[in-house]
Amino acid sequence: MSKSVTETRALVEKTLRRRYWAERRFRAYGLVAVLLGILFVFFLFGSIISRGYTAFEQANLTLDIFYDPAVIDPDGQRSPDALASANYNTLVRNALRELFPDVQERADLRALSQMVSTSAAHELQARVRAHPELIGHHEKRRFLAAADVDQLLKGKIDRRQPEESRGISDRQIAWIDHLQQKAGLRLYFNSGFLTKGDSREPEQAGVLGAVVGSAYTLLVTLLLSFPIGVAAAVYLEEFAPRNRWTDLIEVNINNLAAVPSIVFGLLGLAMFLNFFGLPRSAPLVGGLVLTLLTLPTIIIASRAALKSVPPSIREAALGIGASKLQMVAHHVLPLAMPGMLTGAIIGMARALGETAPLLMIGMVAFIVDIPKGINDPATALPVQIYLWADSPERAFLERTSAAIIVLLAFLIVMNAGAVILRRRFERRW
Amino acid sequence: MTSAPPQLSAVSLPVPEGNKTVGRVTVDEPLICSRNVNVYYGDKHAIHDVNIDIARNQVLAMIGPSGCGKSTFLRCINRMNDTIEGARVTGAIVLDGQDIHDRRQDVVQLRARIGMVFQKPNPFPKTIYDNVAYGPRIHGLVADRVELDEIVHTSLQRAGLWDEVKDRLNNPGTSLSGGQQQRLCIARTIAVNPEVILMDEPCSALDPIATARIEDLIDELRASYAIVIVTHSMQQAARVSQRTAYFHLGDLIEVGETDRIFTNPRHKLTEDYITGRFG
Repeated sequence: MSKSVTETRALVEKTLRRRYWAERRFRAYGLVAVLLGILFVFFLFGSIISRGYTAFEQANLTLDIFYDPAVIDPDGQRSPDALASANYNTLVRNALRELFPDVQERADLRALSQMVSTSAAHELQARVRAHPELIGHHEKRRFLAAADVDQLLKGKIDRRQPEESRGISDRQIAWIDHLQQKAGLRLYFNSGFLTKGDSREPEQAGVLGAVVGSAYTLLVTLLLSFPIGVAAAVYLEEFAPRNRWTDLIEVNINNLAAVPSIVFGLLGLAMFLNFFGLPRSAPLVGGLVLTLLTLPTIIIASRAALKSVPPSIREAALGIGASKLQMVAHHVLPLAMPGMLTGAIIGMARALGETAPLLMIGMVAFIVDIPKGINDPATALPVQIYLWADSPERAFLERTSAAIIVLLAFLIVMNAGAVILRRRFERRW
Repeated sequence: MTSAPPQLSAVSLPVPEGNKTVGRVTVDEPLICSRNVNVYYGDKHAIHDVNIDIARNQVLAMIGPSGCGKSTFLRCINRMNDTIEGARVTGAIVLDGQDIHDRRQDVVQLRARIGMVFQKPNPFPKTIYDNVAYGPRIHGLVADRVELDEIVHTSLQRAGLWDEVKDRLNNPGTSLSGGQQQRLCIARTIAVNPEVILMDEPCSALDPIATARIEDLIDELRASYAIVIVTHSMQQAARVSQRTAYFHLGDLIEVGETDRIFTNPRHKLTEDYITGRFG
């Protein structure tokens, strides 16, 4: 005996409430998950930016420098050797002394001159060698303040702390207050952070060397891994016979994608450095190692993209007499390209953030010069962050966060480029 | 075709003994002869010992219930089964005196001679112009743009699509309606000037008006090409074809003049199918 229509309707109504409730619950879970994700991203960016933004400003002070002939060139010969070897620190010290005539003690004088970055002497040396005619004249010049002064100005050093645990003496604080009035000591935009290489002195340290090193490394990675990855994927997907060998290769590619990155670093050390004798710390080797790292990702994503091209397009091309290569090159590849680019983005983003394999091949060295090619010693952004995070100086703390900001900006620019490229390849059906 | 094998006119192969097909499978001047063709998909024996000739300037309709092997046989003729993993074809399919499975027969060359139109319209995601121009381009049939324009024009005209698309040749082929897309696929096929056109249920995704247009088109194209069409619609077979072949569970049951098959089927299975007792 089957149920009556009203009975059926009542039963459906009963389950209906349960079904809607289940759906609402499921949507709530999803919403919570998304909100949690956003919250974490917000915390991440918030903490990094709030710590790092101060590094884009830097304390500078203006000193009235007298290019004293007695200090620079006592002989009056203007010989390059003399100009190069003169003690330019004295010029800085003299300028400071004029501001603080009552400071006489030797130790105090040293403490006073320590408030200006050591880069001041190098700058003056370069200036005099370029313009020897300045000797005997006065000039107002802006110099970097030392990192401690910078930190105090930014409020990173607490003035109320006891003197011994503060790292900066009461007298120095008094001098800083004086300099703020007399020598224009204040925060300026820190262009050096974006235009200089690494330094042991936090106030002179810049991120450009690491950015250029990362750019070269990723360029090598992209130029190698994308063509190789796509070629491998096309061969495996379109041309290779299905047999035990190709199955074995497929399994191994999938396994390689899960190998810890430091293992690739060891491989690179053994193969590229020890066996092939390529230069240490070079973006070339870094790029090669990261190529090994990203290849599985790109191959897997590219194969998935090739698989998703509808068979009707392949049949259409073959049916008209296209060879297999023409079918792949004219029809399948253009349609698979967006998916392949997505794989490349994921792979390159991972490569950009990798530190461990680069440590193994010597890209962890302290390198001041900005690399001029893929064979120059270089470091990469994540390694630079690692190095700075390890430094004891207080001022490197904000620079570490600032370098992370630069890394994230690099990543965003790179991904935006790939997304634009992908848009151009995407076709409507 | 410059490098086509020398034309042996009207090579008719003898029909092997044990041929169970009812009706006359041969024609007087065949373009294609198939003898004892078997297809296996892995362990599955899809079609058994098919013997049939295909004549020039004639439409051969292949009918039969789903899974009877008519599409499989169609795909043997231009070796599209080569692309299917695990598919194996035995027997002889002779085009102009040359076995298409012969090592000297290039498969690309073969597919240029035997065009194919598929069940679902499958234009390339390119412009209408490029869809038609693709074949002539890859086969190097044209020397310059003027010649290519000419081929595109005549192909679209012969496919009855020119008047509808002449102002928007640079629109994507996928922007057309289903019936237009299928005619575009036909234009694309005839642009490489084939000898045979294979059609695998070309109207099954189309509405009756678009179907009627395609059927008219098939009738016109018959003047220039040999056409083999697989169809589920017996009315369509009756309307467009001169010969009809009835397949059943991988066997070619009966072949004959279309009028004769539909009015006077000799085999019991053919009669049951045509009268609608199954299928």
